[in-house]
Amino acid sequence: MSSLLSGLTGLAGVKPGTRGRLRPAWEEEPSRTGLASKGVVLVLICLAVLFPLWVVIVTSLSSVRTITEAGGLVVIPRGITFVAYQELLGGGQVTRATVISICVTLVGTVFSMAVSIMCAYGLSRTGSVLHRPLLVFMLATMFFGAGLIPTYLVVQGLGLTDSYLALILPSALNVFNILVLRAFFMSTAQELIESARIDGAGDVRILWQIVMPLSRAVIAVITLFYAVGYWSAWFNASIYISDPEMMPLQNVMNQLVLKQERPTGLAQVINTGHLSPLAIQMAVMVLALIPVAFLSPFVQKHFKEGMLTGAVKG
Amino acid sequence: MSLSTEDRRARESRTPPVTTQAAGDRPAAKGMPLRHRLRRDRTLLLMTLPAMLLLLVFAYIPLAGNVVAFQDYDPYIADNAFQAITQSPWVGFEWFQQMVNDRLFWSALRNTLVIFLLQLTLFFPVPILLALFINSFVRPRVRAVAQAILYLPHFFSWVLVVTVFQQMFGGAGLIAQTLREHGHEGFDLMTDPGLFKFLITFEMIWKDAGWGVIVFLAALAAVSPDLYEASAMDGANRWRRIWHITLPALRPVVALLLVLQVGNALTVGFEQILLQRTAVGPGASEVLDTYVWNVGITNGGFSYAAAVGIVKGIFGLLLVLGANKVAHLMGEQGVYKK
Repeated sequence: MSSLLSGLTGLAGVKPGTRGRLRPAWEEEPSRTGLASKGVVLVLICLAVLFPLWVVIVTSLSSVRTITEAGGLVVIPRGITFVAYQELLGGGQVTRATVISICVTLVGTVFSMAVSIMCAYGLSRTGSVLHRPLLVFMLATMFFGAGLIPTYLVVQGLGLTDSYLALILPSALNVFNILVLRAFFMSTAQELIESARIDGAGDVRILWQIVMPLSRAVIAVITLFYAVGYWSAWFNASIYISDPEMMPLQNVMNQLVLKQERPTGLAQVINTGHLSPLAIQMAVMVLALIPVAFLSPFVQKHFKEGMLTGAVKG
Repeated sequence: MSLSTEDRRARESRTPPVTTQAAGDRPAAKGMPLRHRLRRDRTLLLMTLPAMLLLLVFAYIPLAGNVVAFQDYDPYIADNAFQAITQSPWVGFEWFQQMVNDRLFWSALRNTLVIFLLQLTLFFPVPILLALFINSFVRPRVRAVAQAILYLPHFFSWVLVVTVFQQMFGGAGLIAQTLREHGHEGFDLMTDPGLFKFLITFEMIWKDAGWGVIVFLAALAAVSPDLYEASAMDGANRWRRIWHITLPALRPVVALLLVLQVGNALTVGFEQILLQRTAVGPGASEVLDTYVWNVGITNGGFSYAAAVGIVKGIFGLLLVLGANKVAHLMGEQGVYKK
C-alpha cells in the first residue's frame, strides 16, 4: 500500500530530472555569446521581480539615519535594525490587523477546503443519483456572475455586514478549484475504491483514508490557492466592514502605504525621530508578503496539476 | 470510462465482474427505484450539500436579486435588504434607458475596451515568449529557480503590487529619488492619467505573466522530443523547429486562453484600478466594474448600478459564447465542447 502510494504521488509530481534532459546529440551546440546573452536576459527578468522586493525589505530594516542619508528608499543596506517591526508588532493597529488576517485566512481556508473536498468527492462518483443536475448547477455559476450590487444586497440582507463571516462566506468557494479536485479524485485508481467498498468501507472512510491521501499534491496546491485568496483579499472588507478596528492587514496596508496615512498610536515615536514613517510602511509590506513568499515555493512543483486537470476535464 | 475498462479487463481475464458494484463505482442502475438510489447515495448527497447551499445563497439568490435593476430600490424603506426589495416600486426599463444617454457609462465602457485591447496585445504574448525562453534552458536547476522567482508575484495581493509600483515609479519612488539626486526633475508615473492604462498593463505583466508561463511550459513538455529530432535530421534549424513544431503544439492552449481572455473582456483589473482610482481620477481609470461600485456602493444608486451590471453580464456571456464559437469554427476545442 505504501509503495503504491508513493508511486502514485511520484507520478503526480513533476520529477526535476525528467524534463531537464541535457542537450541531446542532434541539437546544435549554442554559441558562447548566445548562451551568455540568454543568461544575462534571464538574470534581468528575475531582477525585475526581486529588486523591488529587495529595496522594500532593506528599507524596512534600515534606521532613520540610513533612510535620511539615502534620501528615501535604501538600496544598499547599512546596518540592520528591527525597530519598525518592534513598533508594529508591539500592539496597536497593525498587530491587530495581522492577527485578524491570520485568523480569517486559517478559518477560511479550512472551511473552503472542507466544503470543496466534500463537494468534489460527492460529484466524483459518476452514476450516483442527481450527479448530473448537481454538476450542472455548479458549472452554470462559472458562466454568469451575479454582479456586485445584488451580492452586496444579499450579504447585507443576511446581516453579515460588520462580521468576519462576510470575509469568508461570499468568497468561500471557487468552482474551478472544485473541478480540479474532482478531476483528480476521479483519476484515483477505481480498483482501490472498489475493493475498499467490498471490504465494507463507506464513502466517508474511502474519501478520508484512500482518496485524500492519494491526492495530497493537488490538495496542497488548492489549499495554497484558497489561503492566498483570503490573505490577499481587501475588497470585501472595504465594503462589508465599517469598523476600523476590524480591518485586515491588506486594508491597513492600503491606508498606511497607498493613502499615506499615519499609523494610529505611532505618531509619537515617529515625531521623536526614533522611527522613519517610510520604514514603517515598508515593514507593513514585508508583513504582507512574508507568508506567500515562504509558502508558495514549497508547493511549486505541483502548481501544474492545480491548473491543468480542471481545464482539460472540466 | 471506468465501465469500459472494467469490461475489457473482465474479457481479458475471462472472468465475469465479481459484483455489480465493481463495474464502475456507481452503476447507473436503470430500473432501480429512485428511493433506493437516494438511500444508497445519501452520504454523497450530504457531502455536496454545503457547497450547493453556498452556491445557492451567494450565486443564485444574488442572480435573482438583479430585479432591483427594474425597481427604484430604496435601502432605507425597510430594515433589511430583502424586505426593501419587496417594498420598492417597479420602474420597468427606466434605468436602462437612462444608460443610453449616460456619458460616464460610455466613457467607462471605452476605458474597459481600451484596457482589454492593451492586455491582449501587450500582456497576452509575454507568457508565451517567457515559456519559450525558459524552455530553452536545459539545466533543471536553472529552470526551477527561474520559475520560482517568476511565479512569486502572482501570490502577492493587488495592494502589495500597487504599493511596490508606487515605491518604484511614484513621486517619492526610487526612480524619482535617483533622478533628483542627479539634479534632474523627478517624475511620477502613478498619477499620470495619460499613461495610466499602460501602467496597469505593466503591473499586470509584473504580477501574472510569470504565472501564465505554467500552462505553456506544460504544453511544451508534452511535445514528443522525437519530432524535434526528426526535423533536426531533416535539416530544420532552431527557429524553424520553433515555427513548425513548438508553436503548433501551443496552438490549442493559446486558443483556450484567448477564448477565456475575450470572455473576460469586460472584467479588467477591478481591484487594481480601484486602488489607483483616486490617484489619476475617474476620467482615465473608470471601467465598468468600478463604475458599478462607484454608483452603487459609494453613492447608493443601487438600481442603476445593478442595471449597468446586468448589461455588462449579458454582453460578457455573449462574448464567451461568441469566442467559443469562433474557436470551434477554427477547429479548436475552446472552453467547452459542442
